[in-house]
Amino acid sequence: MSTHTIQFELNGQQRTASVDAGRLLVDFLRYDLGLTGTKEGCSIGVCGACSVIVDGEVVSACLTPAVFIDGSSVRTVEGLAQDGNLTPLQDAFIRKGGFQCGICTSGQLMAATALLEANPHPTVEEIKAWMMGNLCRCTGYYQIVEAIQDAAEASV
Amino acid sequence: MTTFDYHEPTSLAEALALVKEYGDDAALIAGGTNLVIMMRQGLVTPKHVIGLRKLRELRGIAPTAQGGIEIGALTTHREVERSAMVERFFPALCRTFGHIATVRIRNQATVGGNVVHADPAQDPPPMLLALNAEIVVASDAKTRTIPATEFFRDFFEVALEPGEIVTAVRIPPQPSGLKGTYVKFLPGSKDDYATVAVAAALKLGPDGTCEDIRIGLGSLGATPLRAPKTEAALKGKKLTEQVISDAAPLVRDEVDPLDDIRGSAKYKREMARVWTERALKSLLK
Repeated sequence: MSTHTIQFELNGQQRTASVDAGRLLVDFLRYDLGLTGTKEGCSIGVCGACSVIVDGEVVSACLTPAVFIDGSSVRTVEGLAQDGNLTPLQDAFIRKGGFQCGICTSGQLMAATALLEANPHPTVEEIKAWMMGNLCRCTGYYQIVEAIQDAAEASV
Repeated sequence: MTTFDYHEPTSLAEALALVKEYGDDAALIAGGTNLVIMMRQGLVTPKHVIGLRKLRELRGIAPTAQGGIEIGALTTHREVERSAMVERFFPALCRTFGHIATVRIRNQATVGGNVVHADPAQDPPPMLLALNAEIVVASDAKTRTIPATEFFRDFFEVALEPGEIVTAVRIPPQPSGLKGTYVKFLPGSKDDYATVAVAAALKLGPDGTCEDIRIGLGSLGATPLRAPKTEAALKGKKLTEQVISDAAPLVRDEVDPLDDIRGSAKYKREMARVWTERALKSLLK
């Protein structure tokens, strides 16, 4: 197995690391960097628990080789709050009850963050279409949609 | 995952040299949404993985001199979905790419990776067939194009020769007034593979005569399919809902679906009729 030196930006900080060719981004984040906020669910790109933002686009960390982030900017749930201040979206998830067991929440937050950056004022239909790939097995979808709407309104 | 060496060429020439050197021991990776899963599940165990992400020359959408468009193999589904050029060229092509899986997958998966994977349940190929697309491939010796109708050979099998890489999907100019649609039967979830999928392109004359019709079908055989008999039964006729309903049953005998978790072969044949009829009727409006 070949190993590779990768340089990337992680939550705003420049990083350099050495990774095996077969290391997936989700494992690299969790086991090599200790950033366990990103969760792994289905391992086939369907459930959205491992959603992270790479170069502004939401992707599945379980389908992304870590070598792919060389030269890229990566954002994980750990990078949302700044100096202990939650983002309006995180705050809305708390106020609206946008999570129950919490396993999908990091992915929901990253997918919704990417949505609001691409489309600051989405309609409910646009929210549902975008968030379709982030499953909540507690089925708390109404509150998740409400939280995203709330955060979108707060940013007016 | 399995143990392999990763190579990241920075030019097509370098990539082609690696493909030639490693042959069957190598797998190409673009977005990774298919290959990573297959490697994780042990279905493929390449000794060498060649990452194409740095081949900028294979990314992007450009008009062709003939009036068609060429979509670079590394263009993501999301880029096609959002392309103003594709929207002007044939809006239904944007819609087709926009209906694939989820936004997360569309951000990663590429046009070239999709056609090479050749899963008959995938979305763009039926529309590519309906638009008479060609697949552009390169080896270190030459470049050639393969009509989409000949590119898909069997389940997960395409007409690539050893040493070849798909570089683009080329779509020829389309007649003005050609309308298109892509519909999927999704009884489970919206991001699922379709039980059956139908792409249709139709041009009606001023008096409602069917001047041109192409039907592409997904999840209905070992490859994406055209429906030539159904097309022939409609071409030249003045199209009405009744004429479409009368012709649509022909499609049942043009497909060869498998029994699987999404339905029996018999059921899928019938759904092929239903969704072909719906797709064509929607284009009358």
